[in-house]
Amino acid sequence: MTPALETIGLHKRFGALIVANDINFRLEHAARHALIGPNGAGKTTFINLITGRLAPSAGRILLNGYDITALPQAARVKCGLGRTFQINTLFRGLTVLQNVCLAVGEHAGIGGNMLRVFGSHRSVLEHAYHLLEQLHIADNALSLVRELPYGKQRLVEIAIALGLQPTVLLLDEPAAGVPSAETAIILDVIEQLPRDIAVLIIEHDMELVFRFARRITVLVQGAILVEGTPAEIAADARVREVYLGERQHA
Amino acid sequence: MASSRLVRTNLSPLFNWRPAHSASPVEALILRHRLRAIELLPWFLAICAYYAFADYLALGCQILIMILFAMSLDLVLGYAGIVTLGHSAFFGVGAYAAGIYAARVSGEPLSGLIIGAIAAAAIGWTSGLVILRTQGLTLLMLTLAITALLAEAANQASFITGGADGLQGVDMHPIFGIFNFDLYGHTAYIYCLVVLFVAWLFARRLIHSPFGQSLIGIRENAARMHAIGSPLRLRLVTIYTISAALAGVAGALLAQTTQFVGLTVLGFQRSGEIVIMLVFGGAGRLYGAFIGATLYMIAQDQLAKLDPTYWYFWIGLLLVLLVMFARGGVLGLIDQGLRALRSMR
Repeated sequence: MTPALETIGLHKRFGALIVANDINFRLEHAARHALIGPNGAGKTTFINLITGRLAPSAGRILLNGYDITALPQAARVKCGLGRTFQINTLFRGLTVLQNVCLAVGEHAGIGGNMLRVFGSHRSVLEHAYHLLEQLHIADNALSLVRELPYGKQRLVEIAIALGLQPTVLLLDEPAAGVPSAETAIILDVIEQLPRDIAVLIIEHDMELVFRFARRITVLVQGAILVEGTPAEIAADARVREVYLGERQHA
Repeated sequence: MASSRLVRTNLSPLFNWRPAHSASPVEALILRHRLRAIELLPWFLAICAYYAFADYLALGCQILIMILFAMSLDLVLGYAGIVTLGHSAFFGVGAYAAGIYAARVSGEPLSGLIIGAIAAAAIGWTSGLVILRTQGLTLLMLTLAITALLAEAANQASFITGGADGLQGVDMHPIFGIFNFDLYGHTAYIYCLVVLFVAWLFARRLIHSPFGQSLIGIRENAARMHAIGSPLRLRLVTIYTISAALAGVAGALLAQTTQFVGLTVLGFQRSGEIVIMLVFGGAGRLYGAFIGATLYMIAQDQLAKLDPTYWYFWIGLLLVLLVMFARGGVLGLIDQGLRALRSMR
């Protein structure tokens, strides 16, 4: 079976600095996969290569078996690739519902429609609102995003990504910056994500990673060090050496 | 793009879409575009002004034209967040196109407006394709450069534009063959008002459409718009072209109602002034153009009477105060006032 997402020999260099070194990575369908690694290991670079924010120096990226290496960012999204951002990247001056509506509308292909008002696309609005209900932020539907507490803004990040109905969802440190008391809410939402979406999560919080992931890939200095089940990773001597030993710094 | 729909997605039952039962936030968003009574106030006032200030209809025309010009700027600057100091390029191209059409081809006004719009849209589209790859200061400089290029072209091509002497011989036919442009500006005022009204209906529909909302999205966060699969360049070039067309109509109106086109229509000063007017009224609000252009033009008229040489000082002072204490312009001030009133109760 073709994996949901696959990179073959993915390589990225900035001058002499190699930030992604021959990465061969497979994300299976309906996967719950975590990507971990010390700071500066190239995790976010890897995400940016997959989503098309950066162009690789060499290598290929396949989404559900199709080569998307040459596609621009927007086309990859249309192919079913969704992402969230490590640092909130939201429409801060708009309401929560409007934030999600923009994504749902763009996915529904009405984003360029000039002749009908947004309000007449009722199904788009209702779908967006339904997503808010699922993430328990429907009460804030009409609040401006910039007025929400940070934890809820993280949920809007996820709601926007889900509005695109992705087959592959990349979560870039979904709990980053959230006070530990609210992390549980984020984790609940992540655990309740639709089963058939393949989820790749980048996270520093080891508790979250080991609770969520069924496979873990460890990235060190732009290359894959080891991949395995959480138990295998926890027992791996190299991982302990390069990563778990530095956990406190992460 | 054949590859854009490679994958059909289906979500698990938990996330499957079902109609929300009594989702009032959804209703609120559906009703957002409904016309409120206050939105008719400008039109009521404009009609009142026609009767109350019959001696000032020439100024009235200028105000209506500048409102249209400022509204076109609002679409790119206020909504899409495209920073430009070169919007007079499109105003000027519209004015020259309509003026030359009237002088050389036909004095029929409505076809002249369309010629002005098309000419400005063509310049907007071609220049937009090139300069909208950039942003920030680079974009600002490029918009200035385009205007300077066009102004110099108009200056050099004096055989058709009249150069520094201005375009002579603009002779207008009656509108629909019936309404003559009279010396007092009655016809011109109504003509400008109707054109502005139609443009307003169009712009209002546009900003409430998904397209218009996506422009706000680009202004608020371009990175996220990329990440939700929005074609940003296409959207920006499209609104730039539409805005250019509206600015071209405003320029065409000026050419037709004054029956003259001078090089100042392409000047840097006009580009700067229109930004000031919009900031005055409040950008990104559609009605900021109405308030800003009206106040600015009246202030200019009155201050220039008091002191013909130094009136710009007062405009400058007013701008400093507004930018320091009321970033949202006059409309922003009104918002603040209303909020203060509500919280007092």
